[in-house]
Amino acid sequence: MSRGLHRLPLEKPIYEIEDRISALESAPLGAQQQEELRRLKREVVEVQKRIFGSLDPWQTVEVARHPDRPKTSDYLSLLFDEFVELHGDKSFGDDPAMLTGFAKLDRHKVLVIGHQKGKTLTERQACHFGCAHPEGYRKAMGKMRLAAKFGLPVICLIDTPGAYPGVGAEERGQAQVIAESMFLMATLPVPVVCTVIGEGGSGGALGIGVGDRVAILEHAYYSVISPEGCAGILWKSADHKAEAARALRMRSHDLKSFGVVDAVIEEPPGGAHRDPRQTASRLKNYLVRTLRELVAQPPAALVAGRYEKFRRMGKFLEPGAATA
Amino acid sequence: MERRRTSSPSVAASAADSGAAAVRLGEAGELPGTNPVNMAHVESPPETPAPRAKRGVPEGLWQKCEGCQGTIYRKDAEEILNVCPQCGFHWYVSAAQRIVQLCDEGTFEEWDANLRPTDPLGFRDKKPYAERLVAEQKRTGLSDAALTGTGMIRARRVACGVTDSSFIMGSMGSVVGERLTRLVERATAERLPLIIISASGGGARMHEGILSLMQMAKVSAALARYSQAGGLFISVLTNPTMGGVAASFASLGDLCFAEPRALIGFAGPRTIKATIRVELPKGFQTSEFLLEHGFIDRIVARKDLKSEIARAIDYCGG
Repeated sequence: MSRGLHRLPLEKPIYEIEDRISALESAPLGAQQQEELRRLKREVVEVQKRIFGSLDPWQTVEVARHPDRPKTSDYLSLLFDEFVELHGDKSFGDDPAMLTGFAKLDRHKVLVIGHQKGKTLTERQACHFGCAHPEGYRKAMGKMRLAAKFGLPVICLIDTPGAYPGVGAEERGQAQVIAESMFLMATLPVPVVCTVIGEGGSGGALGIGVGDRVAILEHAYYSVISPEGCAGILWKSADHKAEAARALRMRSHDLKSFGVVDAVIEEPPGGAHRDPRQTASRLKNYLVRTLRELVAQPPAALVAGRYEKFRRMGKFLEPGAATA
Repeated sequence: MERRRTSSPSVAASAADSGAAAVRLGEAGELPGTNPVNMAHVESPPETPAPRAKRGVPEGLWQKCEGCQGTIYRKDAEEILNVCPQCGFHWYVSAAQRIVQLCDEGTFEEWDANLRPTDPLGFRDKKPYAERLVAEQKRTGLSDAALTGTGMIRARRVACGVTDSSFIMGSMGSVVGERLTRLVERATAERLPLIIISASGGGARMHEGILSLMQMAKVSAALARYSQAGGLFISVLTNPTMGGVAASFASLGDLCFAEPRALIGFAGPRTIKATIRVELPKGFQTSEFLLEHGFIDRIVARKDLKSEIARAIDYCGG
């Protein structure tokens, strides 16, 4: 359990109890202190459940961005028996913000694609804080074609604030690659399972998000625009980010109700960063169960099912039913 | 020619709202507090018919060109398809005008006109989305930002769609996504060449949240099927084409044409500036910039668009 490096204000009551627990544990314990310790340990779980069970939309965004939250690199070691990284887009470069490679999941050989945010400041800067460039999406597409050719299921881990907005990114076709990636994923003849593990930031997320199944961790979010961006445009000030986060209905259970995600994977009390191992174990269960079901389907059925899944999305009125 | 600025404060505010909505599909950190007037240059189409106070001059006689800043006699521009007679800047054209310019006279038949937008999120910012929709519909005479159907281009039958940048910045919500998807599916079934003319500064529409984002995947998936069936898709990019529209169907043409000097890109210029904190290169995110970097096939002037499309259809065996 990582603790204390980055404390969100909303987690304060949890850290207060934990500080009392460590204070108690540091001294020799009498019967009374033992009793107190047990009580505090129960209490800390209760407080975690209470706080994380009633996060408001903006707090969810804070949790999804928590620096200690497990990243793609953590899940690579926690979910898979082996990971063999494959670099490069064979065209321009190797974007560290997009990790790709072979991996073993349970009995399945798979191809993993995931946004990478980095852990240390140096890593985070190299990864542009999880914002991939066009070469990142080209790398992902190249590996997806490889997976399609050799029949490997594709597992995507989504965790990005958005595709990188910069001069180089525009010069190298940011819009083009995201469009092409969705176009490609729509027809991949292998199972594709996508999970939003932290931030599902707009087109940058969807660029590796067209799957047979799309899941999301409980306190992750997935949105058409960042709450700050939305507030800046519609409220004229990023100060309204909390209102924007609420209005956008970007949280896991909202997304489930819109039919945009198939499953919400529950996080441990206190969030994924409190117990990455347990989070990964729940995610692994979901992935293994889902893969077992999907690998049994013939490629044509997978592609047809994926089409129908996205075909249904959207909400509109159609008075008079028949088309003009 | 300040006539466009003379509207009542409430109208001005709503125009600025949608003006800003334009930039973006949504990446992190749109800069708050930047001057929305800058965006007006990018997004507000010159012809947006907003109610304005009259000052004793016949309405709409003159227009300021956003290309050369010159004051242009509007009729002169209209005669050459809404192009500035002085500098050649391609002005806004409405979806309906586009159809008139593109299709042989009287051949266009609209599809899915009965689809209507709704408010799936119960979204409200300063103004409820439901009210914004009604206001936009009244102002533009459109039910949403895209018009689709079939028509003839120089006697070749095609499926065609256009987006209109004056309706919530031409942004793609569920209706735009559904109309375009049905258009692509019908073009696939009827083996028709497909033409989509984009004028969407707003990308994916924020007010319909994640459902707007999913329209990008929906339309792209339909285009993938259409392509596998051998269909020819010509995407025409016009000013402005940004965000989630640029990052989906608009970039997926077998052929990509662009009108001259259109603003085309993924992230809005303000977002990029806020991220990298340096001045953007001159001509950044224009049609010419995209041509230079290899992302479009041809820059086509509006007057040549119809014949260029017809010729491309002939080359591709349509």
